Amino acid sequence: MGILSNILFAIILFAGIGFFAKNVKSLFRNIKLGKDKDISDNKPERLKNMINIALGQSKMVKRPVSGFLHVVVYVGFIIINIEVLEIIIDGLFGTHRIGLSVLPTSVYGFLISTFEVLAVLVLVAVVIFWIRRNVIKIKRFLSSEMSGWPKADGNIILYFEVVLMSLFLIMNATDLEFQALSSGNVISQFIAPLFSGMAEGTLHLIERSAWWLHIIGILVFLNYLYYSKHLHILLAFPNVYYGKLTPKGQLPNNPTVTKEVMLMMDPNADPFAAAPETEAEGEPEKFGASDVQDLPWINLLNAYTCTECGRCTSECPANLTGKKLSPRKIMMDTRDRLTEVGKNIDANKGVFVPDGKQLLNDYITPEELWACTSCNACVEACPVSIDPLSIIMEMRSYLVMEESAAPTELNNMMSNIENNGAPWPYNQQDRLNWKNEA
Amino acid sequence: MSEQLNVPTMAELMAEGKQPDILFWVGSAGSYDDRAKKITKAFVKLLNKANVNFAVLGTEESCTGDIAKRAGNEFLFQMQAVMNIEVLNAYDVKKIVTCDPHSFNCLKNEYPGLGGNYEVFHHTQFIKELLDSGQLEVTENTFKGKRITFHDPCYLGRANNEYDAPRDILKKTNATLVEMKRSRNTALCCGAGGAQMFKEPEPGAMDINMLRTEDALETKPDIIATGCPYCNTMMTDGIKFKEKENSIVVKDIAELIAEAKGL
Repeated sequence: MGILSNILFAIILFAGIGFFAKNVKSLFRNIKLGKDKDISDNKPERLKNMINIALGQSKMVKRPVSGFLHVVVYVGFIIINIEVLEIIIDGLFGTHRIGLSVLPTSVYGFLISTFEVLAVLVLVAVVIFWIRRNVIKIKRFLSSEMSGWPKADGNIILYFEVVLMSLFLIMNATDLEFQALSSGNVISQFIAPLFSGMAEGTLHLIERSAWWLHIIGILVFLNYLYYSKHLHILLAFPNVYYGKLTPKGQLPNNPTVTKEVMLMMDPNADPFAAAPETEAEGEPEKFGASDVQDLPWINLLNAYTCTECGRCTSECPANLTGKKLSPRKIMMDTRDRLTEVGKNIDANKGVFVPDGKQLLNDYITPEELWACTSCNACVEACPVSIDPLSIIMEMRSYLVMEESAAPTELNNMMSNIENNGAPWPYNQQDRLNWKNEA
Repeated sequence: MSEQLNVPTMAELMAEGKQPDILFWVGSAGSYDDRAKKITKAFVKLLNKANVNFAVLGTEESCTGDIAKRAGNEFLFQMQAVMNIEVLNAYDVKKIVTCDPHSFNCLKNEYPGLGGNYEVFHHTQFIKELLDSGQLEVTENTFKGKRITFHDPCYLGRANNEYDAPRDILKKTNATLVEMKRSRNTALCCGAGGAQMFKEPEPGAMDINMLRTEDALETKPDIIATGCPYCNTMMTDGIKFKEKENSIVVKDIAELIAEAKGL
């Protein structure tokens, strides 16, 4: 094989990375379909959040069992991937375990034994994750939005990890030279006997196959991300960085509305001169959101980041009492619609051609939106700073301001506020009556 | 109750050439709702007792617009906000206290962007300050041996990260403070937020306030303490539905402290 295998390796590697780069480009383009929103403030605080919440997993461990298991897989995954560096160098230059030629045997052995131990820990954690999803039937994995593809996706990711970790251990166990070192094979020395009695050539073939499948598996997994909920392993970091820093209770004030309100309140404004001027700026701005393009880009990044863990939904008062609203579904619907819009653009030479569908009604129903109490439990629960509430509020805005489609009782409440400055039909002149009531 | 409440309005004080230290924002519920009015009066008694130089807007106060905003009507919210800010700024208001966490959140976080910059307190924060500074004292043992559980209002707790002020006040009453399994940042909403107070709930298995009442009942409380007029209504309804109104009372922290002071 020799040089041929090096060339084959280079082709596979660059194809894998190239395809991934193409997907990342689509991802960026899709996120940018959202409305502009300047989030360049408070860089030090944002960095701190990213280090604590994303890198440090501080919110993951709020639920100790899943949190701890997640940290195992997360740390294992990152550290074991150092091994990929060696695999790439070996693959490109035809070396074998280049680490051994640049590092003292003891150091190399220490590194590989660390990877081996982590690989076993990851395997154990992944098995427990699988049991939690498929055997124990934990409630948050059984919601209606978790049937079909989302359920399969969750399991496929776990199978990927099992295969990758197993290949890594088998690759070490069947490497006679490596086993002969008696350093670094803390785990694989116990797997090696399974292959004892095999001819040297067969062992070499198994070792080579495991090596190739391991690196190909990693590249396939990398490219699987784009089609999966698993994008969080990359997007959690920017998502937390751009997460909301203002108090959770604070909703943004719409500046277009402010302009209009200020104009109405300004006694010096000329009501006749003002109107054409604003009209001339083009189409009047749409209030709120009925589709993904109406949402700020951060909501779209949120949607791609969501890994469907369901902590939000399991804390949502509406969902806990049997209403249709599920904050996780809000995020999944937003992502699925965005993916659909992205495909539409790809299919139509870079231009979105209206498809008669939108996020509202076709994905998220008004019944879900009106069930929200705006309590922020979902926002608090999210381990990666996703804000489902802001999407709900944007869509309510659209329903009320563009379609006047609020529930009747809320329309009554709002006309009371308009007429007498209170949500109930009481006279404003009676506001202080309580003072003299017994 | 015979004692007359001293509730000056901003207009009255202005006519006398005086400026209060703080404005008490009563809010719509506190002004009109029969249950919430009791909270308003209890808080005024505390303000009077502590000789706080305060005033209310009275008939010049209007809905903050918070509910309209949460219901999706940004236009109505901003109209209300801008009108209120005009009044508040005309009186040169610097500090505001309110018994309603929704008004608190709205005035504190959403008014500044529209030109209304004030230092805003929730009444539990203000009462705590009065107690800490010695302007108000609670030495009575009215609640000694009583089990009190505090229900966190979403708009005080998660929305604005204030979990301690109400608990610190309750600790001073010699009561036994018991926590619900869902408390502080994981507290369950009473079901009234986000304009739900003004509409029927969507179809489901149960009402949210029932679930929250069950949380509270698990702590075997004598008193459920609240810090929001809407939470108070929801929890009171829940207790009535569970037919526990004879053994458990639902009261606002202002009412509990007024009671402890024999006011």
